[in-house]
Amino acid sequence: MPHNTVAVVGAAETTELGVIPGLSQIGLHADAALNAMADCGLKPADIDGIATANETPVQLAHYLGITPTWIDGTSVGGCSFMIHVRHAAAAIEAGLAKTILITHGESGKSRVGAPPRSVHPASLNGQFEQPFGPMGPPSMFTIPVLRFMKTYGVTVEQIARVAVVQREWAGKNPRATFRSPITVDDVLNSRMIAYPFRLLMCCLVTDGGGALILTSADRARDFPTKPVYILGTGESAETPMISQMEDFTSSRAFRVAGPTAFGEAGIAHKDVDHLMIYDAFAHLPIYGLEDLGFVPRGEAAAFIGAGNTAPGGSLPLNTNGGGLSYMHSGMYGMYALQESVRQMRGIAPAQVPGAKISVCHGVGGMFAASGTVIFSNQAP
Amino acid sequence: MATPGRALPQPTPETQHFWDGARAGELLLQRCDDCSKVYFPPRPFCPACASRRVSVAKASGKATLYSYVIHHRPVPGFTPPYAIAVVELDEGPRMMTNIVECPQTPEALVLDMPLEVVFEPQTDSISLPLFRPAKG
Ligand SMILES: [Zn+2]
Repeated sequence: MPHNTVAVVGAAETTELGVIPGLSQIGLHADAALNAMADCGLKPADIDGIATANETPVQLAHYLGITPTWIDGTSVGGCSFMIHVRHAAAAIEAGLAKTILITHGESGKSRVGAPPRSVHPASLNGQFEQPFGPMGPPSMFTIPVLRFMKTYGVTVEQIARVAVVQREWAGKNPRATFRSPITVDDVLNSRMIAYPFRLLMCCLVTDGGGALILTSADRARDFPTKPVYILGTGESAETPMISQMEDFTSSRAFRVAGPTAFGEAGIAHKDVDHLMIYDAFAHLPIYGLEDLGFVPRGEAAAFIGAGNTAPGGSLPLNTNGGGLSYMHSGMYGMYALQESVRQMRGIAPAQVPGAKISVCHGVGGMFAASGTVIFSNQAP
Repeated sequence: MATPGRALPQPTPETQHFWDGARAGELLLQRCDDCSKVYFPPRPFCPACASRRVSVAKASGKATLYSYVIHHRPVPGFTPPYAIAVVELDEGPRMMTNIVECPQTPEALVLDMPLEVVFEPQTDSISLPLFRPAKG
């Protein structure tokens, strides 16, 4: 895909984030979509492409009054929205649609109008994982970590540090759910969830949503917002079962999606000014930094510990506070994308001065899928 | 550790042999007749080369502890804290399981410790493959 030919022109989150009992799942999608349309001065009649996850694009098109010529219902967990951006950019390139809306909404905390969470007992997960007592991501996404720690000599204190650094970023963000500073001791003294993971090493559970509007770079110049160009994208999938991950110290999906995006963008790691790595749990930024090639194998925990990803560091990471402190409705990827867009527009609460390139990397399921988007605010 | 009420598998035509084996006290894997890949979970073709010429073979039941968490939250059929483990079978594949006849502590659950399979009946038709510290 040629880079720099498609741009984000509209971007917004739901009016509120956190606990929103007054909106159902589809209502959160719609609130975010209306905010994104208002952001760039569009109406539903101006939208001809729609992509979403959890809800179907049919539901959204009908609910919002959109007649699409292109739809995408890719729903592979929290990175679905990175993958929607990739597909949308290709669709605009190919002329399948001109103006594409991507929405996310999730009543993760209040569970209003949300589909039940269940694993079918005849699925492979239902037959070969559920009988052994996992209950959701905190008890499964964390299973590879003891193997990672043994392989590279990483300590639980180093993993706890990830949450501490992200709280530093959250402290700068008025919309973050948790803003008070924490220490490694605070993390290690928080309630044990699934050894070696304690509460503060796990993401929030909140309600919210977000939406993006993409169009061609040529048309983007006519919008009131500062265009954020898409330089490169990548996607991949590995396994729905955490037990069947090829290598417990590395995500194959990350290793495919990340380099694909870097290759498309034609950039090197040193060109990256700002980075988002989906952090449902504190080990994910460590896996992401290594699998995307920012640091050599086994060195990410020390890299974070040395302050490189903290405010003032050389590689600002998860500058909204991340899923650990900002918000996490269940499919966090949209919020990571929103923060990358804010950074490229120059309007983030914890703005990285002069940032020109932002990498936004997502995970879907539990190392099941991945999507990467590389943004720039530099005109083609 | 286990109490009544845990989630139970619902076998499909592609996996029935595995659960029949477990009920009979045998851990059954599949092996590709063309490329020799031994694989899990069950499916009627080889995930390495797509050959449909595959055979079912009894595994040794020997494994090592590959990774785990010790879950501290309540789940039907379990008394926390309990370990959710992934073991690596001597034949190569990995599988999720529980570790029994062993304290559910980091001190007792040491990565790479040798394990052996035991089968715990749940119903008339379902027995689950669990693992305990190897006895020899
Ligand atoms: Zn084969």
